Amino acid sequence: MAGFKSTETYIASRDLEVAVNAAVALQRPLLVKGEPGTGKTVLAHEVAKALGYPLIEWHIKSTTKAQQGLYEYDAVSRLRDGQLGDPRVHDISNYIVRGKLWDAFDADQPVVLLIDEIDKADIEFPNDLLLELDRMQFFVYETRQTVVAKHRPIVIITSNNEKELPDAFLRRCFFHYIRFPDRETMERIVHAHFPNIRQDLAREALNVFFQIRGVQELKKKPATSELLDWLKLLMIEDLPAEVLRSQDPKVAIPPLYGALLKNEQDVHLFERLAFLSRRQQR
Amino acid sequence: MFATFILALREAGLPASITEYLTLLRAMKEGVAEYSVEDFYYLSRAALVKDERHLDRFDRVFGEVFKGLEPLEGDLRQALPEDWLRKLAEKLLTEEEKAAIKSAGGFEALMELLKQRLREQKGRHQGGSKWIGTAGTSPFGAYGYNPEGVRIGQDESRHRRAVKVWDKREFRDLDDSVEIGTRNMKLALRRLRRFARQGAATELDLPDTIRATANNAGTLDLKLVPERHNAVKVLLLLDIGGSMDDHVRISEELFSAARSEFKHLEHFYFHNCPYERLWRNNRRRRESEISTFEVLRTYGPDYKLIFVGDASMSPYEIVQPGGSVEHWNEEPGTVWMNRLSSHFRRSAWLNPMPEEAWDHYVSIGLIRQLMEGRMFPLTLGGIEAMTRELSR
Repeated sequence: MAGFKSTETYIASRDLEVAVNAAVALQRPLLVKGEPGTGKTVLAHEVAKALGYPLIEWHIKSTTKAQQGLYEYDAVSRLRDGQLGDPRVHDISNYIVRGKLWDAFDADQPVVLLIDEIDKADIEFPNDLLLELDRMQFFVYETRQTVVAKHRPIVIITSNNEKELPDAFLRRCFFHYIRFPDRETMERIVHAHFPNIRQDLAREALNVFFQIRGVQELKKKPATSELLDWLKLLMIEDLPAEVLRSQDPKVAIPPLYGALLKNEQDVHLFERLAFLSRRQQR
Repeated sequence: MFATFILALREAGLPASITEYLTLLRAMKEGVAEYSVEDFYYLSRAALVKDERHLDRFDRVFGEVFKGLEPLEGDLRQALPEDWLRKLAEKLLTEEEKAAIKSAGGFEALMELLKQRLREQKGRHQGGSKWIGTAGTSPFGAYGYNPEGVRIGQDESRHRRAVKVWDKREFRDLDDSVEIGTRNMKLALRRLRRFARQGAATELDLPDTIRATANNAGTLDLKLVPERHNAVKVLLLLDIGGSMDDHVRISEELFSAARSEFKHLEHFYFHNCPYERLWRNNRRRRESEISTFEVLRTYGPDYKLIFVGDASMSPYEIVQPGGSVEHWNEEPGTVWMNRLSSHFRRSAWLNPMPEEAWDHYVSIGLIRQLMEGRMFPLTLGGIEAMTRELSR
């Protein structure tokens, strides 16, 4: 089988590769969890790229209904057309709006379907999709037609763990928890994204980054995506690596910290810790 | 083929089902794992574990089943969690030692060492299933890890860890530490109401739709409002007696004020740690006693279980049969806590003690571990975090 492997731009650990390959081989959905910013959504893009399939993205919001992924019957525009005397009103199929799942089922080649942040939706959402994802088919009541997947799409579902998912749903999925990368993996990730980065800058930046992550009380720990943003900024500014190493009391927190620390409490906390550590050094 | 593995997983409290087992077998047949133990480990993990909280448990069972390792003593569900070790190490080590360890191989390496040592020592010394010593020594002392003679488990006066002296429990002036008073009661109430009224479902707002459609000169304009769910059932277990009474009163008031918002709200009392009996009325305790099994039978798993208690007690009250301060309990508190939290799908512990103080009490650490981290301070933020956890 073709299989999914780390690419030049996406470093996947072996366990992630196995999980993806299992999901592809058995045509079961793959549920991916992990800290924000560890590349859950990017995974779907990379899987699609690696297998050479198109990607269909379905981003879930708190108001998203399972039905919207299948199809929607736009009763309001039909009513309006009826009031205005539009001839389209006689054919109900004019008012059936296809959802992402329908698109994925109807595609002429296998596709990768990303259901992004499934935990944002109502608690019943995953239950409402059970049968559809299991059998890969659904019934359109208005037109009395059954939509069956021509090719079973590869479904990748991401969750930020805001809601627990129902057992029945979980049982049908493969599961992978993207662990936060260790230093070695992180170096590979950095080099995959910035092949031209200066060695010393990358090293110092990673030192600072893991130091910040080591602070337990942070509200939002910076993750891979924040690190990459920050490195990009550092490279644009072309800062010398010494700045990151500097013990100068005036530079209490790392330059361009805005890319790493995302709320003012964390910035304050970090300033305070930096202040304390300086006092200890004296 | 791997039936023993699945059974061992289920025994350790991992909800692996037949469907998942069959999926694993099919994936093996498809050749996903291709005869490498590591790949098989990854594959079985992806197929059988569906919650990252279970990953560690899975690893231990896997190691036990496939490498023939000695199983850890005692119930796997109660094994030492990472952050507990971290706190232990942080308490035991001075700054210099930490720095030395950092240069030698980092804090993580130390964790490994510490974990290993705890494991080894347990096997050698005790052979029992309790990981806190049976002879009244502290876990730290018992495991002999004590670089500077810091006998954390023994300065009882400061840490309220005395055995069988519950009536001597220090009565603190609670008023300044009461986080939820009448002032912010309303806010807390609002948080609870939001908890009761979850869900983003929408329904048609008929009057508003008619008005908007009339405004539009007859062209339809739909107006929607959030639907009101009233489906939350709550079972409240309150620690009563001693220093908890004030907090208990406040939490009772709080929950009964929000009562109309819940579908059901039931409450029972316990003292320090729930055992085989709970009671409904503290004044007429003897008459109102009810078996905990009865409670488990009566209230279905869909009830959200909320404990309110300071969890400050002697660790033996949690881990030892007969550890209770007021009667002989046949089974230790851990068993009852596990029974309760595995019966109810959602449970949480509200703790009126200030969060900063939690690390100083072994028993809070134990309860927290039994609750798998779902302990929240009795503050606005804590209530919000709890409702979020419970309504997931």
